[in-house]
This record gives sequence, C-alpha cells and structure tokens, in this order.
Amino acid sequence: MAELLIKNGSVFDPTRSINGDVMDVAIRDGRIVESAGPNAKVIDASGKTVMSGGVDIHAHVAGPKVNAGRTMRPEDKLFKSQAAAGGYRMEMGFSIPSTFRTGYDYARMGYAFVMEAAMPPLHSPHVHEEIHDTPIVDEAALPVFGNNWFVLEYLKRGEIENAAAYIAWLLKASKGYGIKVVNPGGTEAWGWGLNCLTLDDAVPYFQITPKEIVSGLIETNEALGLPHSVHIHQNDLGNPGNYRTTIDTLRLAEGVTAKNRFGREQVIHSTHLQFHAYGGDGWGNFESKAREVVDYVNGQKNVTFDLGAVTLDETTTMTADGPFEHHLNGLNHLKWTNVDVELETAAGVVPYVYSPSIRVCGIQWAIGLELALLCKDMDRCFISTDHPNAGPFTRYPRIYTWLMSRKFRDETIGSFKYSDKVVAATEIAGLDREISLYEIAQMTRSGPAKALGLKDLYGGLSPGQDGNVVIYDIDPANLPSDPSKLEAAFQRAAWFIKTGEVVVKDGEIMNHGNKRTLWVRANVPENPQVKRDIHDKFIKDYTVGLQNYEVRDYLAPNPYVIEVEMEA
Amino acid sequence: MPIVKLTPIAQPELCLDCYAISPDALAGLTESGIADLEVWEGKVRWRLGDFFEVSGDAGRTPDETHVVVDGDASRMKYIGYKMTGGMITVNGSADMYLGGWMKGGKIHVTGDVDSFCGIQMEGGEIMVDGRAQNHVGCAYRGDWRGMRGGTLRIRGDAGNDIGTFINGGTIIVEGNAFIHVSTHGEGGTVIIKGDVQGRVGGQMVKGDIFVLGAIQHMLPGFKKVDTIEKEVDGQPYRLDHYVGDLGERHPSSRGQQVLGNLYVRAA
Ligand SMILES: [Zn+2]
Repeated sequence: MAELLIKNGSVFDPTRSINGDVMDVAIRDGRIVESAGPNAKVIDASGKTVMSGGVDIHAHVAGPKVNAGRTMRPEDKLFKSQAAAGGYRMEMGFSIPSTFRTGYDYARMGYAFVMEAAMPPLHSPHVHEEIHDTPIVDEAALPVFGNNWFVLEYLKRGEIENAAAYIAWLLKASKGYGIKVVNPGGTEAWGWGLNCLTLDDAVPYFQITPKEIVSGLIETNEALGLPHSVHIHQNDLGNPGNYRTTIDTLRLAEGVTAKNRFGREQVIHSTHLQFHAYGGDGWGNFESKAREVVDYVNGQKNVTFDLGAVTLDETTTMTADGPFEHHLNGLNHLKWTNVDVELETAAGVVPYVYSPSIRVCGIQWAIGLELALLCKDMDRCFISTDHPNAGPFTRYPRIYTWLMSRKFRDETIGSFKYSDKVVAATEIAGLDREISLYEIAQMTRSGPAKALGLKDLYGGLSPGQDGNVVIYDIDPANLPSDPSKLEAAFQRAAWFIKTGEVVVKDGEIMNHGNKRTLWVRANVPENPQVKRDIHDKFIKDYTVGLQNYEVRDYLAPNPYVIEVEMEA
Repeated sequence: MPIVKLTPIAQPELCLDCYAISPDALAGLTESGIADLEVWEGKVRWRLGDFFEVSGDAGRTPDETHVVVDGDASRMKYIGYKMTGGMITVNGSADMYLGGWMKGGKIHVTGDVDSFCGIQMEGGEIMVDGRAQNHVGCAYRGDWRGMRGGTLRIRGDAGNDIGTFINGGTIIVEGNAFIHVSTHGEGGTVIIKGDVQGRVGGQMVKGDIFVLGAIQHMLPGFKKVDTIEKEVDGQPYRLDHYVGDLGERHPSSRGQQVLGNLYVRAA
C-alpha cells in the first residue's frame, strides 16, 4: 500500500502535547508510522494546520428517527440539494441530510468517526443499513437502555449481573457500542401520558426511579468494562430550572471509578449539556446556569460532556425523549411525529427554528458556548450540536470560530433582536477567553476518542494509530482576522486522509474510503435466567420473533469488533 | 425595455427545468450568452439555445429586461423562478412552477399553466389568461410558509390546493376551483369568482376567502356571523360572512381571538 508523507505542517496532537510544532507525519498501510521511505507520496503542509481525524461523540445520523425527519420535512431539501458530479452521489438536505451528504460533509470537515447517539434496538437493522450507506466516516451506534423493560425490571430488583447479561446480549444482537440513556424512565412514563422530570419521579407500573436506573446502569457498565461509559441525556431536558436535576444526576457518579482496559476515566458522559443548564422558573426569567453546571463538572474528574451548542439555524429536533417532543410541539405548533418502540423506547420529531430574533434562542446559543469557555479541562468537554437538535453538524466550523474569536461572538450578539436581554441572562459578553487550535484538537480529537475508549485508533497521530490526518488551510502563526475565513477553512479541509487514503482534496471528495462499523462484543458468563427472560418476552410482548431480531452480518459488512470480557 | 425573444425550436423528451428563463438570469447578457445558459432535462444538462432560438440582448438589470417566450412552453418548468423584477410574457402555455418563489416583476401567460404556479411567491404579479392546474400560490410540500405577497390572477379555472398556508398577497381565480382553498391559511386573500366543490378554509387560522359563486359542501368549522355589502375585485357583492376554522388553534390580538373570514355570495 502507498506511503504518504505530510511534510512541514503545524501539528496539533494533544495526546503527545504537540502544540503547533512544525513536523512531518508519515502513513503506511493505513496507519501512522515513525517515518516514510523515499518513495512516499509527499504532501506539503507548510503554513497549514495538521490534526488527526475528528471524532464526533454524539450525533443523530442514521436510523428510523432520522428517516422520519426526512419523510416529514421535504422542505429541508429545498434549494439545498446539488446534482451529482465527478462520479460521486447527489447530496440532499440540510438538517437531515441524505446518507451521502452526511458522509461527504463529515469528510470535508476532516472527521474520521461519528457515534450515532440513539439506536432503537428493534430497528437496529435499519440503523446499520443507513450507516453502511454513509460513505467514508467510521460509525458506531449506541442502543438506548434507559426505558427498556428488561433493564427496568432487573435494576428494580438490583440484579446487576442479569442487567449485564441482557445488555451484553443486546449489544451483540444490535451490533451496538455502549449504553445510551435517554430521559431515564420518562420515555416509558410517556406511554402513560406522563414524564419523569426529577430523579425521584417513579416510572408507572415499574415503580423504579430515574436515580435507580442511572446508578444501576453505571454499575452495570463498569461491571461489563465497556469501552465507553454510560452516555446520558438527562431528565427534564429543555426546561427552565433544569440545572438542578442535571447536577443531581452527575452526582450519581461521585465515588464511582471507571473499570475498563481502554484508558477511559469517566463513568458518565453527559450529552448536549446546553439543553440541561437552564435557570429561571419559566420562559419569562429564563437564564443561563452554565457556570453552576460547569463549576461542578470542573471538579468532578469522572464526568465528561458535550456541548449541544445552538447554531441559530432552522433545524429538525429528534429524540427518544418522546414527551419532550410533544411539549416542544405545544410551544411552536409546527409538525410532530411520535413513535413508540414496543418494550424499548420511543421517539419524536419536530422542526424548530432557532431565530436570532427570539430572546430564548439567543440565550440558548450563549449557554452552549459558555459551557466550553468556562470549562477548565478541555479533554473532557467535546464539541457537538446534538445534530440535528441544536443545529446541523455542518456548523461545527462555526462553533470552533465562535469559541476562537471573541470578535465573532460579539458580532453575533450584536445581530440579536434582544441583545440586551440575552446579555443580561448570560455571561457570554464578559468572557474574553479565545479557545486555541490545541484546545479545538482536544475537544474534537483526543478528548472524545479517549472518552469512547477508542484512543488506540483515533484522536492522535502516534505510530500505530489509524492513518487519519486532516490538513486545514489555516496558518497558526497568522490566524485570519476575518472569522468567516477561519470557518471556511475548517468547513472544507485542504486534505483529508482517512486510513491512509486521500478522501478529500481542496474540499472536494476524491474517494469513498474504507468505511467501518464499530461494535462491542461483551462476553459474559452463561446466564440461563436472562436467556429464558429474553425468550419469554419475545413470545409474550414483542411483535417480532427472536430469530428476526438480530442484525445480520451482511448489514455491517466492514466491522471492527471490540471484545470485552466480564469476569464471573 | 429591451426584449429577449425565445422561440421554441425543439421540445424536450422529459420536462425541461428552465431556471434560466427569468430577467434575473438574463440581465446583462447578450444573445449568445443567453443561448449558453444551462437548462436541465432530468440530470442531463443542455444549453438554452438547444431548445430556443434567442433573439435580442437583455437589459442591464432585471428591471430593464423583458423576456418573451414566443410559443408553446407547456413542457418548460420554472419560468420566472425567483425573479425580482422586469417582465416575462409567454405567448402560449407554461409548465409547472411558473413564477415560483417570485419576488417582483410581472409575468403574463396567454395560455394555461400547470401546477405550482406562484408557489411561495413573495411579490410581483402573475396573470394567466387560461386555466391553472393544482397548487396555485401554495407552500412547498412540507413547508408551513406559503405565499407572502404579490398578486396571482388566473382567468380560467383552477384545480385543488389553492393558497395552502397563504400568509399574504392575493390570489384571484376568475373561474371555478375544485377543492382545498387556503388550507392552513395564516393571512392574505383568496378570491374564487366561480364555484368551489368544498374544503374551503380547512384549518385556516387567519386571512380572507371570497367565494363569489357557491360552495357545494361547507366545512363544519365555519360559523355564519353576518351578511354584508362589500366590493370585491372592483365589483359590489352581497356576502354571507362566516368565521373559522373553529376547530383550529387561533391567536389573540388585544384580547380578541383572531379568526379567518370566509365570504360567500348571499342568496
Ligand atoms: Zn442526541
């Protein structure tokens, strides 16, 4: 296989504390190597920024709820779809892009991996079909467990071993990666027209509280030794005053130590924290509580989070938090889809316009950025938009630019209809901090790779890691003063090399790459009770037979399977 | 005003997407530049000159450009797409999306138009001497933002889904209409001079509908409140005034509930 030598770039690799040093990066057989031979193809990166491929820890990019959004919103494609060119596929849509646009746009931004953040297990074959249809970018998917009947029953009885055996079985059956929790208990309560807005609201029938669900799943996750931690969308998302529930949930991690062989240190990953850092007791006095939340996280080493930053776009919200989507539809009166997924979960979809003319949207925008600007450990704070909930993933370059440029933030605040009110309800206007390229690399590379237990593959440029290298046309010694130039350079990489192949050059797709699907096979001791429970529930409660449930191998034709062993 | 005359010399096998036939696309171009503009037949790209003989140079700006399509354009879609000024005359019929997303200027079609005429129009004037198919002045499928301004006049009959999600501007159908008028309407005015079969004003929140003929099947969500004398499109009429759709959510303004108005010619 060809060798590549990327010469004289300004390299940012937080895994080795390399901060803009001018150096070479060599790739052979799809991996980073110490040095290249004389016949290596040379790419001149002088005066440019070099990083490893980006890692997105949380986005909704494949599966039935993304497709429900596509079906429900043909207008998302209007004026936003280009004809195919140069042997590549047509690209369609904005907030719910086609699979091809998804793969191409991640590649153009230099991303090597994205985690599909909420897989309904029953529909995992569809999730994998879409993942397979999305070119270039490696993917994995997190099945949702926070409202699953098996889990609720085992945890109610304190049966961690049974929960672990069931989760191990489901990860294998769905080719899933880890444990996602969405509005623990609340989505199941939605089946009764109710919700769980605090940690102590018991789920009807099951009589288990969100607190017991989260604590039980953290314990199960560490018992299994999974590469990723529990990944949680907390209760009471999107409501004024929810920051208390947020901090209460994070406290459940206190005193728990991560147990795994992947170098992961956190036991809880708190996703789209922007939606969970709200103060006030109604929309009238709605305000930022980013400082309260981040102050807690700063002192709590076993917690990581991603931003869920609002990008001020028209977008499509979608979540397994069914009751929240119903609530949102009551606020904006646009379209609404609701789906129940049998014993497992639910989902809702509602379009949403984050308008710069609406005070609350301006405050939400500020909170997303404040979380990063107030954070003291950028290896635990990751960039996301909870795509497409707070905005499309294609706005990551704009988020980097807001974080890197106080001038750009001030311009945006100045463009709001209610600037004064946004400033009064937040502290964004007083924050001088400008995030560095090194910190961007922590928030999009080394940090999320480690939190996912994938630091051997992604996140850095050490020999042996995947040969994923992006070159941005940004001279660190001379950053453009025009924010839009910085954003444009991040949007369309000068080069992106994915596992040793040039997939992007000058922002154009050159190659469909060698896309992989990652999943975790957790090996647990034989558990006849769980086996019988699964068999019985498929007979009694599911609409499909057990033999039709598993994701067949052909749906994930290029797998990368991570094995873990649970001790008896 | 400089006139660019486009005379059809060939008909496409599939419908042709003619985004280029608008004063905005032509402004500042000479005859040969105009002939080189792209048009699409499915995913196949052609030159405008492959289907039209071009004569005349365009004006400097859209406002100074008059485009005349001299012949049958009933397989030419998107004429006047997003235009902001100037004029288009079609001496014949035009295909779908005539004047779609139009912001200003005037379009006159002497024949008929197909569906989606004036879709999501924001300003300007469209006059069709013949008939229109469905979705006159409607929202794009899925969108909740319909026509916002301008005037759209169909001298003949029109089909279904007229003014879906209309938010502003005026639609006048001088003949009869089929079903679904101002569905989800949030403003603007729709006048049907002839008869309508039914489903008039379904889920209408705000705005005005005038039916100067008869409605065969009234929706149950409308309540008669009055009979009034009113001038409509320059003529006086005696009209029964209904409000609705009472099954829909309605906003309040200064303590008063805002409702849609449906006026139907009184017996
Ligand atoms: Zn999410």
